[in-house]
Amino acid sequence: MLRDITIGQYYQAESVIHRLDPRVKVIATFIYIISLFCFNQLSGYIIAAFFFYCIVKLSKVPFKFITRGIKPIIFMLIFTAALNLLWTSGEHVLIQYGFITITSEGVKKMVFMALRLIFLIIGSSLMTLTTTPNQLTDAIENLFKPLNKLKVPVHELAMMMSIALRFIPILVEETDKIMKAQLARGADFESGNIIQRVKNMIPIFIPLFVSAARRASDLALAMDARCYHGGEGRTKMKPLKYKRQDILAYFVMFCYICVIVVTGKILPV
Amino acid sequence: MIPFIKAESLVHEYSRRDEEGNITGINRALDGIDIEVKAGDFIAVLGANGSGKSTFAKHLNALLVPTEGTLYVDGKDTSDHINDLAVRQSAGMVFQNPDNQIIANIVEEDVGFGPENMGVPTEEIWKRVEESLKNVGMYEYRKESPNHLSGGQKQRVAIAGIMAMKPKCIILDEPTAMLDPKGRESVIKTVKELNIHENITIILITHYMEEVTAADYVYVMADGQIKMQGTPRQVFARSEELIKYKLTIPEVTKIALALIKKGVKIPKDILYVEELTDILLKLKARQ
Repeated sequence: MLRDITIGQYYQAESVIHRLDPRVKVIATFIYIISLFCFNQLSGYIIAAFFFYCIVKLSKVPFKFITRGIKPIIFMLIFTAALNLLWTSGEHVLIQYGFITITSEGVKKMVFMALRLIFLIIGSSLMTLTTTPNQLTDAIENLFKPLNKLKVPVHELAMMMSIALRFIPILVEETDKIMKAQLARGADFESGNIIQRVKNMIPIFIPLFVSAARRASDLALAMDARCYHGGEGRTKMKPLKYKRQDILAYFVMFCYICVIVVTGKILPV
Repeated sequence: MIPFIKAESLVHEYSRRDEEGNITGINRALDGIDIEVKAGDFIAVLGANGSGKSTFAKHLNALLVPTEGTLYVDGKDTSDHINDLAVRQSAGMVFQNPDNQIIANIVEEDVGFGPENMGVPTEEIWKRVEESLKNVGMYEYRKESPNHLSGGQKQRVAIAGIMAMKPKCIILDEPTAMLDPKGRESVIKTVKELNIHENITIILITHYMEEVTAADYVYVMADGQIKMQGTPRQVFARSEELIKYKLTIPEVTKIALALIKKGVKIPKDILYVEELTDILLKLKARQ
């Protein structure tokens, strides 16, 4: 289960999407996520799905890799879907049983909400799969640079984020190891009610936190030893420079928005 | 000639605290260390767990500062924080756990991390990254994620990350403790090559005896003090003392000593398997 987390993992490949400036990818992902909430008809989802399909094909990341990101949120997905289904009031009642009322508006809302969440997750995991954490940090640092004037420590925040991303696979592996070690000692993570199960997780979390703290302290020493002293006077190995393909990508995003807006106006289905 | 590293009666104390934070006692991790290292040397510091060898290593990188005594690295006083960056640049440090010292998610980006911090111009960073990855034999892995590498490979990437900062000296704090025998061998070989071909001063902190044979000079630490020093042969010939400091001698030396006990006439200071077989074959031929 833990190995399925794809957010924050990088998929190595040679593709146009991989080569794009990370700022383009961050902005495009934001636009894409916002666009998901801007329409309320099926045609919008078809366009969003088709657009996403094209980008994935261009990125050469296998679909299996991207859809794996959905598994960990399946519970949340079902929960939101159920809430939307049960708590949406409407005129067209489909099923009435006791206090449960299911309306066709509810069904529609449920499907759309679930689709939005799925696109949101796979959209953002495509960004992290095609961008190295360092590039991502560079992009965020660059995009939020104006906040420096407001004394927001942009570089430090970006660095923290990139390190967090780097350690996700390591900590996942470690959790796996600790779980197996505790299972070997007779721990039980499967049975009992929800409260019992959460309690049973404590023997996993405590060793995990302890080792994470130790890793953090080791890493801080290693960064010190490599002359890290904040963003001041730091140069870049891979400085961000817009190229022609990046301008083109912005143009493609602009076209995408136009298509979404126009179909929203003319196709009210 | 001014020594590259000069420690004079170096003392470091940790205070032990109880739960309220009151000092309950003082631990002397380092107790009067005197060491001089010439540029270009390959030095090994041997010691069991808790001997103070890692504390000493952290001093060389200005990660810790002396409680008493002085330590000069490349002519700079490490207790002055103004010198921190200069000291760390001229004496780079490689740590024990390969996972906890790799900062970036791509090998080449990690190697570039040090030069980036130092403010090296972009083209120069690329040149250095390429050069140092080639030096440790990891150039073909430059686009890989460190998570896919073996422990020995990760440690060589860490060494490349230090090399890219163009240090005069590399301090390795038990770099092989978490590696398998093959990885251990590749790391020590890399270090030895850097010492010979690039004239980098090496300070290898370890408790593996087999690794020490690569060094020019050995210091043995116990209880925060230097108990023995000399060439690897001189040190290994004093096996009884080494055992007293909870250190074990290489297997070959052990066999040689056992043979001597049985009355076989061979020297006490044998370090390599080939050496012992040669001597034994010669003995046999004479008989």
